[in-house]
Amino acid sequence: MKHRIEKTVPWLCVAGFAIWLFSACLPSPETGFHFRAFGSLPVLMDGRFQPFDSVARNALLQMRSKQTVLLDDGRPESATQWLLATLAAPEMADSQKIFRVNNGEVLALLRLPETREYFSYNDIQPQASQLFAQAGRIEGIENSRRTVFESQLMKLANAINLYEQLELSLKPPRTGDFAAELAAYTKSIRPGMVAMDDRAAGRSYDTNALGLFLGFLAGYDTMARYSPLSPIPPADNLVPRDEWQSVGTNLMLTAGDGQLNPATSAYATMVTAYRANDPGRFNHAVDGYRAWLATRYSHELNLASQEFVFNSIQPFYLATLIYIAALLLAFLSWFHGTDWLRRSAFFLVILAWVIHSFGLVFRMHLEGRPPVTNLYSSAVFIGWGAVVLGMILEKIHKDGVGCVVASLAGFVTLIIAHNLALGGDTMEMMRAVLNTNFWLSTHVITVTLGYASTFVAGLLAIIYILRGLLTSGLNPGTARALARMVYGVVCFATLFSFLGTVLGGIWADQSWGRFWGWDPKENGALLIVLWNAAILHARWGGLVRERGLMILAVIGNIITSWSWFGVNMLGIGLHSYGFTNAAFQWLLIFVGSQMAIILLALIPVKNWRSFNQNNV
Amino acid sequence: MIRSFIRGFSSLWLTFSCLVLGCVIVFWGTLAQVQMGLYRAQEEIFRSLFIYWHPAGFPWKIPVFPGGYLIGGLLLINLLVAHVRYYRPGKRKIGIVLVHLGIVLLLAGQMLTDGLSVESVMHLRLGQTRDYSESERQSELAIVDVTDPKVEKVVAIPAQFLDRRSIFQPPGLSFQVRIAAYRANSEVSMQPAPGFERVQAAPGFGGDLWWRDAPSETALDKTDVPSALVDIQTGSGSLGTFFVSEYFDKPQAFTWQGRSYELFLRARRYYLPFSLKLLEFRHDRYPGTDIPKNFSSRVRLQCPASGENREVLIFMNNPLRYDGATFYQASFDPDDKGSVLQVVRNPGWLTPYFACALVGVGLIVQFLIHLIPFLKERSANETSH
Repeated sequence: MKHRIEKTVPWLCVAGFAIWLFSACLPSPETGFHFRAFGSLPVLMDGRFQPFDSVARNALLQMRSKQTVLLDDGRPESATQWLLATLAAPEMADSQKIFRVNNGEVLALLRLPETREYFSYNDIQPQASQLFAQAGRIEGIENSRRTVFESQLMKLANAINLYEQLELSLKPPRTGDFAAELAAYTKSIRPGMVAMDDRAAGRSYDTNALGLFLGFLAGYDTMARYSPLSPIPPADNLVPRDEWQSVGTNLMLTAGDGQLNPATSAYATMVTAYRANDPGRFNHAVDGYRAWLATRYSHELNLASQEFVFNSIQPFYLATLIYIAALLLAFLSWFHGTDWLRRSAFFLVILAWVIHSFGLVFRMHLEGRPPVTNLYSSAVFIGWGAVVLGMILEKIHKDGVGCVVASLAGFVTLIIAHNLALGGDTMEMMRAVLNTNFWLSTHVITVTLGYASTFVAGLLAIIYILRGLLTSGLNPGTARALARMVYGVVCFATLFSFLGTVLGGIWADQSWGRFWGWDPKENGALLIVLWNAAILHARWGGLVRERGLMILAVIGNIITSWSWFGVNMLGIGLHSYGFTNAAFQWLLIFVGSQMAIILLALIPVKNWRSFNQNNV
Repeated sequence: MIRSFIRGFSSLWLTFSCLVLGCVIVFWGTLAQVQMGLYRAQEEIFRSLFIYWHPAGFPWKIPVFPGGYLIGGLLLINLLVAHVRYYRPGKRKIGIVLVHLGIVLLLAGQMLTDGLSVESVMHLRLGQTRDYSESERQSELAIVDVTDPKVEKVVAIPAQFLDRRSIFQPPGLSFQVRIAAYRANSEVSMQPAPGFERVQAAPGFGGDLWWRDAPSETALDKTDVPSALVDIQTGSGSLGTFFVSEYFDKPQAFTWQGRSYELFLRARRYYLPFSLKLLEFRHDRYPGTDIPKNFSSRVRLQCPASGENREVLIFMNNPLRYDGATFYQASFDPDDKGSVLQVVRNPGWLTPYFACALVGVGLIVQFLIHLIPFLKERSANETSH
């Protein structure tokens, strides 16, 4: 009976989570407006094709640090729903509380109540001139030298700016019925052009026709100036297929031949139908436009639709939840000592890792790039690598340690990734030097695996120290096993960080003729190599025993966190990405915690609960 | 005595200490860049035997910490002595030996690079042809015989020699060059200002200007701009004192014995036995943005000696290697009509490639030597249970 429980419980666990996952991914049918069909339409922004849904999510992340909006009555609204309102009916969107302001000084400057955290555009508007006056001054200050107030204010100013630009992206300001306006505009083109020619030639001209025509153009000019979105694909087959235009630009160019682009008409109809609360007409326009896109722009349409699916599944979020469950089970298995708990934890780690990998591969497919392209994806990949190492350790040692390492590493790195994503689009285009898949997939991958394995060694050391000091569960056998694991993982870390560092040097030699330039990020990688080498030599020389090895491995955590994040905060060198003070705070907290663990480890062994003679 | 020396230099304590000290200076050198800039941090912390402390108001400096060369050198000695002392023929250590061989090669190669590599830049406007590159930090005083418009004969004196205020006899020329005054970094002004003195030059232009000394630049993106007063002396007296400065593109001109000469103070030139002509420069951006996607220069390479004449495309991560020099896409003009190529001559450029291969193979071999018995032992244990 007991044997049967041990066999079946882990499988039941996985099956339960799998069913939950499946139900989480299945979309429910939409009645009313087909927001999903709209949200997966492709649009060109920041140099890449993405669905409206990604535009909406990234904008919301910048404005309110979340991917959804809460309506006043407490109901959640999807990012696409919010974006559509902002694009088509700005006067309605203006009262939605989508800006998160929680800095007391910023609140005071804008005369906003400190009791609230979320504010609408209408709340902030009256003091906008104050905000932008300050922002104008702060713009001249380097990122790393800004105070918390200054960087928070800049963040809000950028969010408001983006919001105002989005409002001008799909329809001209003050236009109600955009579809009707387009009909009037196309009719006004000929008489307007004639009047313009007449005026230029000094003849008498039709002032009404000219006034009407120029009135339309003024609105489109404003749109063309401010819209960050280019949703209109070229209708002409002779134009290169990636030269998409903003609605404003497209309408101004329409004056040349009077031919409306089908995409522009479709969007105008969507705007009008949305404003008139006519789901039937809206859905018809979306479907018609998708059918038109499929004839020439099926590639862009498919990519955008796939990215939409990726966004709505949120694989990294799901994986995070399962890692937490696995971590709890693994901890329980230590205290309870039953193998089925450990096996359940292990099975869940595998399930979470499969979803983690699915997300990683899906992203690679969408971007057409190796897994690590920026700081965000490095966090996702470091977690992935650490989980692999943890699973290998668990497979070999079967004592729950690998499970704890894997689930903790997976969970923490995905949380870090989530916070890094608040900065905006995580699939941004690669600048010229980085625009090479060969070096991204060799140097970046190996050096990132070096980071991951150094962290795993440090994590194992923390487990050794805390378990040995605070519990009586670290028997000599487990202690020896942990020491072997740390040693093995440090060897692994040395291999990858060295190869990664040298490959980075070779890339530098290829791109600017200098193998080694003492750039901060290069130095960071070198630090990891030197430190891992130091640990290995200390152990070979018998300079440290088990406890010393663990302390050195924890210092490895500090060095790796510095190389990964710290050097980017210096604001110098080729790898400086610009950073907020918040990340620096977290780095200090992390370093402080590691120092505390080192201090704990220095407590004489006779006081450790596991090694205390009375306990044995 | 010798035995204790060998024991000391081969000890793993020394290795461990050097590696930890290495970590400290790498960290230090990274932080120091914020204050003193990359170039000075490199010179003072990495390319030095000791890191010095300059107490304010004292004439001497005090060594406070070992520098990069000392730590690297000690590690190298430690490694070699340890290998001599502990080396036993056999398969078990082969990986470790390979790893260390690779590291020796890497360190030696980098020292070779530090000593021998020469970096310069070639700035080409569209359609322009050049057969030389220019130094970014060093200058030279050039006397160019331009009598024959087809062939320029150049005699150049590197600027570091000008400092000595001496007299030069340029080979093949029948006059002497006397340096009347030289400023390694200078400021030049059109109006009199505090600290500036009148430029005592005649004939030639510049006699109406004012100049003064400026402190040497330390920032990576700024360079010293030298100026000098040069006296041309012939057997029958002086031809005059000419003012030359890197601020001017225009040379001073004079004639002597029917030949025309130009006098320049300019960035040091490295002449090449071949020439490059910029045919096209591209600055590709991602659609709808200003994010650069790629920079590329299409150039025509012409080498009279070998008769080579072909087009080459130089772009990011894809340099041109030719005749011991490597040309990298480095920068461009703001109007996108000119390209700046970085030119590097580094005889040691291949060493990191070999070193990387040696260490990689060594680490993998050593890893397998340990892993395979471990796995065998495990599977044996599992079957016996």
